[in-house]
Amino acid sequence: MTTTPQAVRRASPRTRRPATPVAPDPTAGLLPQTAPVRLLDPDGTPLPPRADLPAPPVETLREMYRRMVVGRRFDAQATALTKQGRLAVYPSSRGQEACQVGAVLALRDDDWVFPTYRESMALTARGIDPVEVLTLLRGDWHCGYDPTVVHTAPQCTPLATQCVHAAGLAYGESYQGRDTVALAFIGDGATSEGDFHEGLNFAAVFKAPVVYFVQNNKYAISVPLSRQTAAPSLAYKGVGYGVPSEQVDGNDPVAVLAVLTRAVAHARAGHGPYLVEAHTYRMEAHTNADDASRYRDPDEVEAWRDRDPVARLEAYLRSRGELDDAAVAQIAAEAEAYAADLRDRMHAQPTVDPLSLFEHVYAEPTPQLVEQREMVRAELAADAEGDA
Amino acid sequence: MATMTMAKALNAALADAMLDDERVLVFGEDVGQLGGVFRITDGLQARFGDKRCFDTPLAEAGIVGFAVGLAMSGLRPVVEMQFDAFAYPAFEQIASHMAKLRNRTRGALSVPMVIRVPYAGGIGGVEHHCDSSEAYYAHTPGLKVVTPATVEDAYSLLREAIADPDPVVFLEPKKLYFASGEAELPARTAPFGRAVVRRPGTDATLVAYGPAVPVALEAAEAAREDGWDLEVVDVRTIVPFDDATVTASVRRTGRCVVITEAQGFAGVGAEIAARVQERCFHALHAPVLRVAGLDIPYPAPMLEHTHLPGVDRVLDTVARLQWDDRPDPRWLAQGSAA
Repeated sequence: MTTTPQAVRRASPRTRRPATPVAPDPTAGLLPQTAPVRLLDPDGTPLPPRADLPAPPVETLREMYRRMVVGRRFDAQATALTKQGRLAVYPSSRGQEACQVGAVLALRDDDWVFPTYRESMALTARGIDPVEVLTLLRGDWHCGYDPTVVHTAPQCTPLATQCVHAAGLAYGESYQGRDTVALAFIGDGATSEGDFHEGLNFAAVFKAPVVYFVQNNKYAISVPLSRQTAAPSLAYKGVGYGVPSEQVDGNDPVAVLAVLTRAVAHARAGHGPYLVEAHTYRMEAHTNADDASRYRDPDEVEAWRDRDPVARLEAYLRSRGELDDAAVAQIAAEAEAYAADLRDRMHAQPTVDPLSLFEHVYAEPTPQLVEQREMVRAELAADAEGDA
Repeated sequence: MATMTMAKALNAALADAMLDDERVLVFGEDVGQLGGVFRITDGLQARFGDKRCFDTPLAEAGIVGFAVGLAMSGLRPVVEMQFDAFAYPAFEQIASHMAKLRNRTRGALSVPMVIRVPYAGGIGGVEHHCDSSEAYYAHTPGLKVVTPATVEDAYSLLREAIADPDPVVFLEPKKLYFASGEAELPARTAPFGRAVVRRPGTDATLVAYGPAVPVALEAAEAAREDGWDLEVVDVRTIVPFDDATVTASVRRTGRCVVITEAQGFAGVGAEIAARVQERCFHALHAPVLRVAGLDIPYPAPMLEHTHLPGVDRVLDTVARLQWDDRPDPRWLAQGSAA
């Protein structure tokens, strides 16, 4: 039997079944805003303040500017060192300074960072020795710093695998009564990897205090975002796991810092993980070995130049009277000195010890490794004799 | 001495480790209230609470990666993969992170964790429930790979694995879970890296581990009727491998057959045969031979008995150890008697 419009009209209101009660929206508080959060216009003009998102203190923004300027200079120096053959490869994060520095400033020193290979600037902004940051890319060892001292995991080159480590570490910290937060960096391409989803899911189920910070720089090497996802934006991937999420203009330093500060506070308060997507742009190629002109329109790159995060913060701080020519010059001089020191130290050839290959495979070398170590030791001795 | 199953001994090892060290957390799929599909974690959640023994989302890479993070925070995770072939999604986490973190960080970070894997066949399991995956792990530097063959070793090696400063893949032979043996717990048999002579003999050495050890022992008993006195060496820890015990045995007997349930090509048995040949060449009266599973995907349950090395195949192989100078008939059949 079909219901005709007449049948509907004839139904008495008294015999109608009661309307389904309106359930509270289960996605409330989970979905991001429909447009990226922005607190400064691209020219640095402040937008109206928001009650739900307190603006960061101006001293913090000044410090952010300082670290962004130094970070950009560091990044340029690392690119130059690659051209000089001092680094095997360098993935630049030029254009992503607000994200790199904002993430670090939102954390305490005892919080943990899980970086990818593109986070060199974030790690130097965290105060890690730039030579130690570049050790992986220079090639004298896989990780140059002691993660337990700087609370920073080794730079992760497999994609998204660090997302589950961050969940585990954050849960382990809270299990042991510490209020540490973990922040995992990840790029837009890596959100297609299974470990991104398993990390979000584990963190949500175990209420682990993790912030997942996606720098959506629009390209995974050459593959554009449209090939990674059909989602409205990457921040919408949180709701499926019950993870509150936000998207932010990643070239707006004030908004990045405000949104990440709120996300970190959420995690630290014991409410579980938080997903932040920053819309930004990789101004350089994937690495020095890549040719971005094969897949990017130069006009697109030019358009992003007008949204430069460093110039944006400088304009804002100048308009507030927090920055003048003298301060800008002083910070620029500091950045030059930082780069010069790095250049000098990177020009020194690092010493590598072949026998160190056998250390740290296991806590104690196996008998087989002891045998192989003796073989190499004998080879080295023979070489030395030959040279003498 | 008490009689108990290997499953019970493994359960006791987990419980005693949790009792001794508060940092030990046991987790995986169905390991909580259910006690694991093989009941190895039976009762642990009730005894230690759901913060110490808990179920996770059904995601093996997630389980292992989560455990790596927990180990970084100072805890000692012991995770269960439900079946051998279901552990493969975790392989990247195992090979690229669990195995390498100590090395990448020059020893600043270590990953003292254990992955327990019910492995190998002989239980009539349907597809993807019976893989012998030890070679994948043994080929990965940074991992220790352990497999018990007796009830006492199951307890002792698991305690050793949990206390070890390095990541351990602990392979539990499914077909031995419910085999009973004598054990006095808490047993302490041997530290990692020590093989053991399970049965002394003079004529040839059978080298085996895990599920192949009972096959080797049975074959050695049966060989007495043929007049052979066979020695059986149980490897116990594939990594680190005990060259010394294996080499000493083969030098005594002069002949060696390596028995593995896994497919033979590029397997752990091939590695052992090569090591024996490299170290014992002048003591050998015959080439080192291997008895292994066939080089096929693990077969359907009704065909697995053809695949698995059995006593007859072991004895046939022992017979080919050139006890006299007649050529091996297998090579004659192939027309290459020379």
